Amino acid sequence: MTGFIARRTVSAILLLFATSVVVFGIFEVIPSYNPARAIAGRNATATTVAEISQKFGFDKPIWVQYGNTMKLIFTGQIIDYQDNLNVVSQFVHRFPVTLSLVVPAAILWMLVAIVLGSISARRAGGLLDRGLMVAAITGVSIPVFLLAATLLYLFAFRLTWFPNTGYVQFGSNPAQWAYHLILPWLSIAVLSIGFYSRVLRGNALDVVNQDFVRTARAKGLTQRQVFTRHVLRNSLMPIVTLFGLDFATLLGGAALVTETVFNLPGIGQYEAQAIGNLDVPPIMVGAMFTAFFVVLFSALSDVVYALLDPRIRITG
Amino acid sequence: MALDSPDDRGAAGVVVTAAPLDPMAEGRQPSAIGPWRLAGRRLRRNYVALFFLALFVLIVVLCLLAPVYSNNIAHIGPNTNNITGTVSVNGQQQNIVSLSGVPIGPTWGSHYLLGADTNGRDLAVRLLYGGRTSLLIGGIATAIIMILGTLVGLLAGYLRGVVDFILRPLMELIWSFPVVILGVALGTALALGGIGPVKGNSLYIPAVIIGVVYVPYLGKPIRGEVLRLREQDFVDAARVQGMGPWRIMFSEILPNVSSTIIVFLPLILANSILLEAYLSFLGAGVQAPNASWGTLISDGLPYIQTTPTFSLVPGAMLVLTVLSVNVVGDGVRDALDPRAQVRVRT
Repeated sequence: MTGFIARRTVSAILLLFATSVVVFGIFEVIPSYNPARAIAGRNATATTVAEISQKFGFDKPIWVQYGNTMKLIFTGQIIDYQDNLNVVSQFVHRFPVTLSLVVPAAILWMLVAIVLGSISARRAGGLLDRGLMVAAITGVSIPVFLLAATLLYLFAFRLTWFPNTGYVQFGSNPAQWAYHLILPWLSIAVLSIGFYSRVLRGNALDVVNQDFVRTARAKGLTQRQVFTRHVLRNSLMPIVTLFGLDFATLLGGAALVTETVFNLPGIGQYEAQAIGNLDVPPIMVGAMFTAFFVVLFSALSDVVYALLDPRIRITG
Repeated sequence: MALDSPDDRGAAGVVVTAAPLDPMAEGRQPSAIGPWRLAGRRLRRNYVALFFLALFVLIVVLCLLAPVYSNNIAHIGPNTNNITGTVSVNGQQQNIVSLSGVPIGPTWGSHYLLGADTNGRDLAVRLLYGGRTSLLIGGIATAIIMILGTLVGLLAGYLRGVVDFILRPLMELIWSFPVVILGVALGTALALGGIGPVKGNSLYIPAVIIGVVYVPYLGKPIRGEVLRLREQDFVDAARVQGMGPWRIMFSEILPNVSSTIIVFLPLILANSILLEAYLSFLGAGVQAPNASWGTLISDGLPYIQTTPTFSLVPGAMLVLTVLSVNVVGDGVRDALDPRAQVRVRT
């Protein structure tokens, strides 16, 4: 087991190093883009561009630049071009907002999906089952920002049940915090519920036919006990892997657009603004940050999987 | 996607049921139906999928007719500004863009059917042209993904060795970025100055970006299947006959993974259109003055309180398109390979 974890850690670290090279490469190696010119602005003279080029070290060889950029990021000294803000401290400062957006949304979608998926597995072919099939395929066809905009219009502007934008810190008023975040949570969660409950249902229907379920029935457990202790537990495993990756992806996709629509001051909004201004450092840090979470979560879910299922350790 | 309904579960078995009795022994020809015709027959009976196929075709035709609408009904181009002009609504002349800069809402007439944007451009014309852009980018991206993904999967899976050693980590690397963030990074980097002779606002930039970002989503499953197929007897037989690796890959293995490729095609198309919308919404996709459904949704967002149709009409077009592609794709999967585990993240 230690060997497996060690192997997985080494490959994760290599992958992280590679992602940082890719992110750096995207912005520094792609031709016809001169960062000094971008900072200097449209009407800058050649000398200004040269000065900026020297100040930020754009005239150095590429690997030196890579080293410098990584040093700036990891010592927390990198600043954005737009407002000269420290990118890393912006991320640290804004991360709680993003967490209070994605974590409850993820919990919501997981819980509802497990409940609905279990019911539809036990009543396969029923009304809920068919409804979820429609919900799943509709959910994967709607972009999060469109659902967010629709919810904002319907429930905040038209019906005025919820506040339209803004963020209240959890520490200052938990009730207001939740009240302001309900629509953003729904925007993220609703679309995934259908798909996840369908996956769970499919797994559960596969597990039901296995021998250990028959054994559990034969030894006299009630249907409910068989389902919760044997079927559900075994059909959750594939969902956990799926969830690990999707959760990490939230930070780099859904969070960006949801925070933009609802004007939440998280890292997603910061990145989205940087994209609008073609401001490279926040996008760079954001890409590395989210890639870090994807690599971390996929490594973690592999390890958890291997802990639960010894067969995986050998084939790795 | 795992949306198989219980009644379709045994569908794959239909192919096999002809086997047990030797029909030649009874002295009559077996009804010669190949798996493809069987799948086609199943798809033809799937009325939901057919309905959505028709809907998709309708949307495509509507978007292709954009110039007709622009020339004969609206009499204005998709990128024609008209800030100072007026339009008659119920017999009254109204400013297209008010003095404070607020564009007019839907007039439900031939001019400015869906209203204008802040530059006084006709949104209905832009909706159709934007649809062309979205579909074009989705189509080009899908073509790139299908070709590259299949090629990468075949090469890595069949040749293994050095090729696999290079291609697999590359796919793993692209895979470790959320697609939106990688697309956004590439999109902003290229939008700044274009690349070589291609300008920063070219439509091919987002198309190629989406094409690259989604390659692993096809390449990885194809590679897995090729790895399994290459150990089978028919591949050994081909090798013994003296076939070279390229011929084995393309004439022996490719036909065997073709159903997987076809199952993936609609799913990839749907997700390419969606990703284009994400990128354009964030400003890293289609660049001004061109429109796409993503940029139109984003442009309408500031007016969501007063004129929600600005965002919601292009949004509805986008969702109907993606939904119809997904439903057709689901039908294709049920017809070809109901047990396929197919998933693409956005």
